[in-house]
Amino acid sequence: MFVAAGLIVWMNFYPMVRGFYFSLYRGVGAQMEFAGALNYLRMLEDTQFRQTIGTTFFYLLIQVPIMLITGLALASMLNSPGLKAKGFFRTAIFLPCAVGLVAYSLVFRQMFAVSGIINTIAMNLGIMETPFNWFGSTWSARMIIILGLLWRWTGFNMIFYLAGLQNIDRSIFEAARIDGANVFQQFRKITIPLLRPIILLTAIMSTNGTLQLFDESFNLTGGGPGLTSRTMSHHIYSTAFEALIPQIGYASAMSFVIFIMVAVLAFIQIKVGDRR
Amino acid sequence: MKIRFSRICMYVFLSFAAFFSLAPLVWTLISATNANADILRGTLLPGTHLISNFIRLNELSNLGMAFWNSARNAILSTFLSVLICSLAGYGFEIFHSKAKDRFMGILLLSMMIPFAAIMIPLFQLAANLNILNTTLGFMLPTLSTAFLIMLFRQSSRSFPREMIEAARIEGLNEVSIFFRIYVPTMKSTYAAAITITFMASWNVFLWPRIIMISPDSITMPLLISNLMAGYVADFGVIMLAVLIATLPTVIIFFFLQRHFAEGVLGAVK
Repeated sequence: MFVAAGLIVWMNFYPMVRGFYFSLYRGVGAQMEFAGALNYLRMLEDTQFRQTIGTTFFYLLIQVPIMLITGLALASMLNSPGLKAKGFFRTAIFLPCAVGLVAYSLVFRQMFAVSGIINTIAMNLGIMETPFNWFGSTWSARMIIILGLLWRWTGFNMIFYLAGLQNIDRSIFEAARIDGANVFQQFRKITIPLLRPIILLTAIMSTNGTLQLFDESFNLTGGGPGLTSRTMSHHIYSTAFEALIPQIGYASAMSFVIFIMVAVLAFIQIKVGDRR
Repeated sequence: MKIRFSRICMYVFLSFAAFFSLAPLVWTLISATNANADILRGTLLPGTHLISNFIRLNELSNLGMAFWNSARNAILSTFLSVLICSLAGYGFEIFHSKAKDRFMGILLLSMMIPFAAIMIPLFQLAANLNILNTTLGFMLPTLSTAFLIMLFRQSSRSFPREMIEAARIEGLNEVSIFFRIYVPTMKSTYAAAITITFMASWNVFLWPRIIMISPDSITMPLLISNLMAGYVADFGVIMLAVLIATLPTVIIFFFLQRHFAEGVLGAVK
């Protein structure tokens, strides 16, 4: 137990403090010099970083609500009595979770390539005349990332909801139905309130995950076109490890800003989730 | 009539979701057996190029090495981190006190620290400890996670205390109580923990991308990512690599799927 706790402190809290310490410095290696808040001031004028923040929040605001609502809807459908082929649907929708992030990024990248299957099918069906370069425009590149995220994670959230729903006594739904509540009313008045803790949990996990998005940005779109689909983590990685002159101090400062954002958002979600 | 209609809607929606989920996987499977030219033509039928794709993949990359690295890293880190975290979760719950509960609360905060925020100091730490390119370096940051500890701690709530008392009277020591009584009883929690940890460590990308600098220590996710970046414009070969990288987690998934839901449920309750 103390080993475990010690490891967490050593591997999480200590680097956090170190990171903050680095963020006050600039330069490379032995030539690090104290810079105070300079890195943070620089961030205010850094349009690239601002853009990656915007992109990440764009993913967050579009993808997380769609995913959670779809996941909930799927879970309550799978929970309805008398449904046939339940096991098949559950397994099929949950299966993408078994696929690695890099692996599915590459599959989606191939599918949406200029000579990929999506273009080929669309052209054969006569929807498009010429192949469309999905990764050539900001919006379609971002949409593909969102589509990929939905594909990968909806089933994961669904399983959590399904586990929660199976705990709810079926007679509650039965009673509501007899009282004349339709499917949507049941959904709003029974499912959502009773699953609140689990919804809160999944919302926090998804927010956290989306703000830390890296693999998809790196592998699926390469952050392009330009830097327009690049996420914050990807930007930090490339500032710290890919740049010709690694800017450890500045990258640490950006990391610290992400930490603050994640913490604030989680805090808001917990407050909102508790209040109702 | 009304019920009938909503039922049909449900099947349509579920079928669509299932199709959306399965189509990319099926397409991957098909592409892995086809030659590049056929894939570009948009074929949807399985082909006969599986073996030639495999041979070509081995020429282009060190597949065996990467697979072995991934397997070793993932198995070792799953085993150790499930062991450490279950011991910790057990300890936090069975011998709990006010102070320990508060301490757990602080540990839970670590779940909010984004990896991006600590990767630079972690990299320097790993470099200073001289564990770049090693399994130890690979697993050190995730050996103990607050998430797993919490999973075991919450699940231990339903563990009957009387069994521990009875075992103590029988004269079993604390270590054998844990291994002989607790572990067998908590099977489904272990299954869930193993699934989660194995998948995470098999698929982890950013951390090995940073510390696995030597080409001999790359893992499967790095291998397929490199294939793509290396301008190997052979879709069949890349899809086969993706398939091979996905197979182990899919197998684990099918074995432990049922337990996964139970284990997670036990913790959420």
